[in-house]
Amino acid sequence: MKISVIITLKKDVLDPQGKVIHQTLDGMGFNNITEIRQGKYFEIDTKESDIKKAKDKVEEMCKKLLANLVIENYKIIDT
Amino acid sequence: MKSSVITFPGSNCDRDMDVALKKFGFKNKMVWHDDLELPKSDLIVLPGGFSYGDYLRCGSMASKSKIMKSVINFANSGGLVMGICNGFQILVETGLVPGVLLRNKYLEFICKNVFVKINNKKNTYFKNLDNNVLEFHIAHNEGNYFCTNDQLKEIEDNEQVAINYCDKDGKMEDRFNPNGSIKNIAGIFNKEKNVLGMMPHPERMIDTSLSGEDGSLFFKNLINNLK
Repeated sequence: MKISVIITLKKDVLDPQGKVIHQTLDGMGFNNITEIRQGKYFEIDTKESDIKKAKDKVEEMCKKLLANLVIENYKIIDT
Repeated sequence: MKSSVITFPGSNCDRDMDVALKKFGFKNKMVWHDDLELPKSDLIVLPGGFSYGDYLRCGSMASKSKIMKSVINFANSGGLVMGICNGFQILVETGLVPGVLLRNKYLEFICKNVFVKINNKKNTYFKNLDNNVLEFHIAHNEGNYFCTNDQLKEIEDNEQVAINYCDKDGKMEDRFNPNGSIKNIAGIFNKEKNVLGMMPHPERMIDTSLSGEDGSLFFKNLINNLK
């Protein structure tokens, strides 16, 4: 089973990379952008067949390693 | 006095730290990250470098390595643990010190000498030091110290700020902040002040043929405080 995780920066955390990407896109003519925030995406292929158990494990992974909860939020998606 | 420097895959300031500690009288041992037990030590150092290639977040992989369980136990029982640069990033990832280190504000790798003001001398690392300002070297891409407002209040209430970026006279202004760190923070303690994490490298300032000698003052004072 594949579970996906999206990690995003919390709202009030500065994202200098997102800012530079925004500026570059702006320079390329994409002028309608209000803001860009860069995040991370993980695909986790697990042998667990019980969806609830799999999601619980992935949540534990997010808390313990994949995300730093001081600055990041995580969202778990089953695919 | 006995010290141990932990080497992670990708550490590159571990041998510099070994040279510095030995120069000022420590009997130092190098410890591999995959070991389970620490040698008997009065000080543990997590050195600078790029452990695990800075994958995921700087220091995040190293913070979960086998030896870190012993380091965390050692710190929790009051032992001195100092993390320099990547070592500081590892410390924040273990949660031994609060906050995180983000990408530098202007997205540049910074490699230069800076001045830092010692904010708290009521601890083993800085007590009895004559100087209030030291010149250290920094070399990092992720040294932008950040924490939540609640954490900042707690850090300040507990006097956990160790050093701040400043000018040679100790003036703490925005223009002397190289990387965007909150309140010019360059290093912080845990609540008990036995764990110190800082971005600057004192081990790079121990000889006139390098960039200066303020690191010598730091190490001499540290070993005297431990005696």
